[in-house]
Amino acid sequence: MTSHITASTPSVTGRGAGPADGGGRLGTRRRRRRNRGEYLLFLLLISPNLLLIATFEYWPVIYNAYLSMTRWNMLSGVPQWVGLDNYQSLLTSSNFHTVMWNTLVFTGTVVVGSVVLGLALAVLFNQRARGRGFVRTVAFAPHIVSGAAVATLWLFIFNPDYGLSRFVLNQVGLSSPRWVTDSDWALASLIIVFLWKGVGFVAIVYLAGLQSLPEDVYEAAKLDGARAWTTFRRITLPLLSPVTFFVLVITIIGTFQAYDMIAVMTGGGPGNATTTLSWYIYEQGFQASDAGRAAASAMILFVILLIVTGLQTKYAQRKVHYQ
Amino acid sequence: MSRQLATGERNATREARSRRKGINIRVGETVVRRVLVYAALAAVALLFIGPLYWLFSSALKEPGDIYQYPPQWVPLRPHVENFSNAWQAAPFGNFFINSIIVTGGGAAIKLVNATLTAYAFVFLRFPFKNVLFLAMLGALMVPNNVTLIVNYITVSNLGWVNTYLGLIIPSAGSIFGMFLLRQYMMTLPRDIVEAAKVDGAGHLRTLWQVVLPMCKPMLVTVGIIAVVDMWNDFIWPLIVTNTVEMRTLPIGLLYLRTTEGYSNWGAIMAGTVMVALPMLILFLFAQRHIVRGLTGGAVKG
Repeated sequence: MTSHITASTPSVTGRGAGPADGGGRLGTRRRRRRNRGEYLLFLLLISPNLLLIATFEYWPVIYNAYLSMTRWNMLSGVPQWVGLDNYQSLLTSSNFHTVMWNTLVFTGTVVVGSVVLGLALAVLFNQRARGRGFVRTVAFAPHIVSGAAVATLWLFIFNPDYGLSRFVLNQVGLSSPRWVTDSDWALASLIIVFLWKGVGFVAIVYLAGLQSLPEDVYEAAKLDGARAWTTFRRITLPLLSPVTFFVLVITIIGTFQAYDMIAVMTGGGPGNATTTLSWYIYEQGFQASDAGRAAASAMILFVILLIVTGLQTKYAQRKVHYQ
Repeated sequence: MSRQLATGERNATREARSRRKGINIRVGETVVRRVLVYAALAAVALLFIGPLYWLFSSALKEPGDIYQYPPQWVPLRPHVENFSNAWQAAPFGNFFINSIIVTGGGAAIKLVNATLTAYAFVFLRFPFKNVLFLAMLGALMVPNNVTLIVNYITVSNLGWVNTYLGLIIPSAGSIFGMFLLRQYMMTLPRDIVEAAKVDGAGHLRTLWQVVLPMCKPMLVTVGIIAVVDMWNDFIWPLIVTNTVEMRTLPIGLLYLRTTEGYSNWGAIMAGTVMVALPMLILFLFAQRHIVRGLTGGAVKG
């Protein structure tokens, strides 16, 4: 508390520096010297981290905004100012429309799937049953395995001739699609693998939420004779809404960083059936060497994420029930 | 009297009465429920264990057995050669060393950064400290897709392309770790730190001898999360390295698949095991820390 007050009164002139601390037992000069030492130490301790964050997190945003209004091949010469040309050509290109549509379908399905399946798993894990801890562990495990490894494994499982998925489908009388090589199925393949990898994590987050809910509300509902489903819909879901918002943010950010899965499983193809906005940034920047177009795509993604986050914050304030 | 009771209460009394009589009217319901719960748990377990089992079993199968249909469930003639084949098809030794250096170095720097910054924000005075804290935390909002292009340009201007510095330094800042540690340090009893000061310990000594030992559980969490992140990172190592010798394991796996095509799934699965197994083992031993770190901020407390 004390330190907080002094922290907000920097002694520029030296007169009356640091009012509350030490109760004036120390001489002003000594206190000033001590303050200066502490300020210096503070800067010394945070400067490596601050420098890294400024250089590799904030500077890219600023310079990327500039690059998005230039034309440059990233190799030689200097960026050439072209104003909003990149944006205009992106927004009018049908290729880019496909990319945006893919992104919407991919992110939307993964987000909805994560919330629904994750919550269902969490409710299951919350039941009194032997072995639930084990199942929880197994479901969470894929989340910390490298996406490249998970994607490689599933590529093998999805093999239409000898893959495990063909066997499972055949057992229930279905034939196997040509998963990743069929443009109608490629995005679905990605979604399945993405959900398989991430849903255990979402379930754990929801489970933590479920276990922190207040008992008394449920006892009251039980006394009122509420049925299980009503209790779930009217009490559990609203009380869990802060967790749901967290899950939404995490899954949206997660799907926007799904490079490893896309690189290993489809490489954005067939055609551009699985080219999402983030993969498009990579393609434009590092395969087509078009820094301006890549930067403009990155800006569009950044703005989308800002809007989503903004909406969530706004909605969260109104609708979220914190205890 | 019973007419005045709410339905729920009436049910409750009825239940209590039947319980007194030794009749459990809910017994049928509980059994069905139990069966359903166990069936669901079994299905979920199968859904997640199945593919993981398939990974290990395929990595041990002979080329002839791996393409059998219907699938052969158990590798009857374990074929360990898949691992040496993978090792020969790609320089996995390099991949391993690179991954270990990048993961170890990156995680260590991250941890030091997180600790120093958190300590400064909690125990030291500075004008505009809180504004500065929020400004650093705000970087969490920057998606890595936006930083890719410019970071590549920065790193190539520094001459760090295809070097360990280029692989490590751009990810060495710590934002979330700093946040977790700061929250943890704020809960430490103030008196102990004050006592250290009174005893004449400077800040660095207080940090090293008093604060750090008390932060051990959170330090482990932050460290492990950093390890998992660095080990699994894909897009940055893909961009910043351009020779096979400098690739890390996840990129090496992609390389293995393109060199082997679809011709040798046994070797590819063996390579996949090499990428996945270290994190699975880590997870087995450090579950609690990993879950706490990854879900940090989800539920308060």
